[in-house]
Amino acid sequence: MGKMIYLDNNATTKVDERVLEEMLPYLKEEYANPSSMYDFSRKSSKAIKEARGKIKDFLGAANEKEIIFTSCGSESANTAIRGALAHDKSKKHIITTKIEHPCVLNVYRYLEKQGYKVDYIGVNSNGELNIDELNNLITNDTALVSVMWANNETGVLNPIAEISQIIKSKNPETKFFVDGVQGAGKVPINVVEAGVDMLGISGHKFHAPKGIGALYVNSKTMINPLIIGGHQERGKRAGTENVPYIVGIGKAAELASDNLQYEMTEVKRLRDKLEKGIIQNIYNSRVNTGLAPRVPNTTNIGFEYIEGELILLHLSDLGICASSGSACTSGSLEPSHVLRAMNVPFTAIHGSIRWSLSRFTTEAEIDYVIEKLPKVIEEITTISPYQAELKALKELKVSK
Amino acid sequence: MWDYSEKVMDHYRHPRNVGTIEDADAVGTAGSLVCGDQLKIYLKIKDNIVTDAKFQTFGCGSAVASSSILTEMIIGKTIDEVRKITNKDIADELDGLPPEKMHCSVMGYEALEDALKEYKSEGYIPLEEINNEPKEKMICTCFQVTDKVIIDAIKANGLKTVEDVTNYTKAGGACGRCKDAIQKVIDNYYSGVTEQEKISDLTPTQRILKINNIIENQISPELIKDGGDIELVDIKDNDVYVKLRGQCSGCKNSTMTLKLFVESTLKDAFGDEINVIEVK
Repeated sequence: MGKMIYLDNNATTKVDERVLEEMLPYLKEEYANPSSMYDFSRKSSKAIKEARGKIKDFLGAANEKEIIFTSCGSESANTAIRGALAHDKSKKHIITTKIEHPCVLNVYRYLEKQGYKVDYIGVNSNGELNIDELNNLITNDTALVSVMWANNETGVLNPIAEISQIIKSKNPETKFFVDGVQGAGKVPINVVEAGVDMLGISGHKFHAPKGIGALYVNSKTMINPLIIGGHQERGKRAGTENVPYIVGIGKAAELASDNLQYEMTEVKRLRDKLEKGIIQNIYNSRVNTGLAPRVPNTTNIGFEYIEGELILLHLSDLGICASSGSACTSGSLEPSHVLRAMNVPFTAIHGSIRWSLSRFTTEAEIDYVIEKLPKVIEEITTISPYQAELKALKELKVSK
Repeated sequence: MWDYSEKVMDHYRHPRNVGTIEDADAVGTAGSLVCGDQLKIYLKIKDNIVTDAKFQTFGCGSAVASSSILTEMIIGKTIDEVRKITNKDIADELDGLPPEKMHCSVMGYEALEDALKEYKSEGYIPLEEINNEPKEKMICTCFQVTDKVIIDAIKANGLKTVEDVTNYTKAGGACGRCKDAIQKVIDNYYSGVTEQEKISDLTPTQRILKINNIIENQISPELIKDGGDIELVDIKDNDVYVKLRGQCSGCKNSTMTLKLFVESTLKDAFGDEINVIEVK
């Protein structure tokens, strides 16, 4: 493949060279088990402590003992949710949202089968949570509320601090878990200020490698381990520490903090340029999230009367990587549960494309996409059986 | 990333015969906007030969490729030849499709079938008038898939499991509530019948074929195990006349065999109207 333009950073990200550099010694000469009792293991042990401190700072936690290293975002979510419910079995009610990531949503589907009652809060057409629903749902029996920091498909931010206040005012015993995977590295996260009890993150979403995640559990929240075994992670997650990757996620968190300002200004500027360039030049396109507050790197755009997989295949031929909420790309036969919860019209839901940038995205890349995309969309539109509808849409756009 | 063949990629990159035919002799559609893929096919037919074909598709790469290659496959063919094309032929022509994408080839087949259903001219008798097919029953309401579509897919592709059926027809791919119903269609297909066909709904020929099929494949093998056998003699309305052979004939349990095994097996397939009578 010639040049490649990677605009799928909500799926995974490139490992930052500086992250890899920090990891390498622990993949080579510094291979000691950090639990061992000789000098050789001192460096590994110290490296983990440092990484834990970096994650603590990254998330605004009060104490580094509140950070547990895991293997991925899914493990963080499973450990938090199932661990907390296993520790306190007295309450049987859970509240979450219709737009959670499958790694969270399917845990609740599983818990429903185990006898839990789960309520799912909906969203409006821009993808913003119906917070009012939450108010009425919290009872004395509510064990857990679970809301993602930002949605992976739309990038829409949820008002975490506000939700926390509602929960604590209704039932102070209810625990609050936040899937922070799509927020970390894109917007500032402060678990103390936001009033979060547990928050999970995944390294590969912010330029660490795949296979490493972290979970914040505040000192007032007790969890049982999901993986039972040795004493590692203070008994909350057994298994010999993955030293090189823990070092990697620590460094990636430090770099993400350093780059947060850039992310929120420059990455945002490029995202906005891309969005504007598409909407202005392609008549059958729409921003699926309206004016909802979003992370700075993501835009979800629906192309009406055409199908997303076909768009991605043609983009791929141009070296452009993006992703789609279309049924055809998911392996399942249904379009994205997030876009359906938003009631994105069926004319646009199958042709919705998510573009997600990173700090490595350049202006030239965005210009290239803006230049090439209209022809791709036009070619695909020509094949569509909905020519009359498309014509009407075009006339409507021109008249505006 | 799907493992698409070179041919699939060539056809979605450069689709052939895109467009409409203004004065088409037959037009067929399959799928819908809601389901995420729709195909429309236009045919020009002269002297029972497809002289031109065009298509429009809303769908993924394999849907476009299936539509595109289908138009190439049918141009120049007679109506009889075109009617023999199955979804498997479309997929084979594309050097295969990923299992999860087989429903795209089924959509091509459905659109073609739809077009030919509409088409009537001298010398060509529409399918339904030959077969007098029983009414279709909706199995998957999410994707609007009928038992006929499922059975056609099972027949053409040798599908065995609910998952296969979902991959080929989409049925059961959304809410999943129809999975039991799909299993039943599969079971019934392999036991030789479509679900609870009323014997009176069948044409005389179909009636004989289907009942004989069950006798030969399900009943006879069991009787042979006990040293006996059975033979179909005649069918009048709901009465099925059979002759017991070998050790069954003259066996004092023959009435039991007849009522408890032969008749109940046929009743499972065709309902309680069936009556089995022994001919000595």
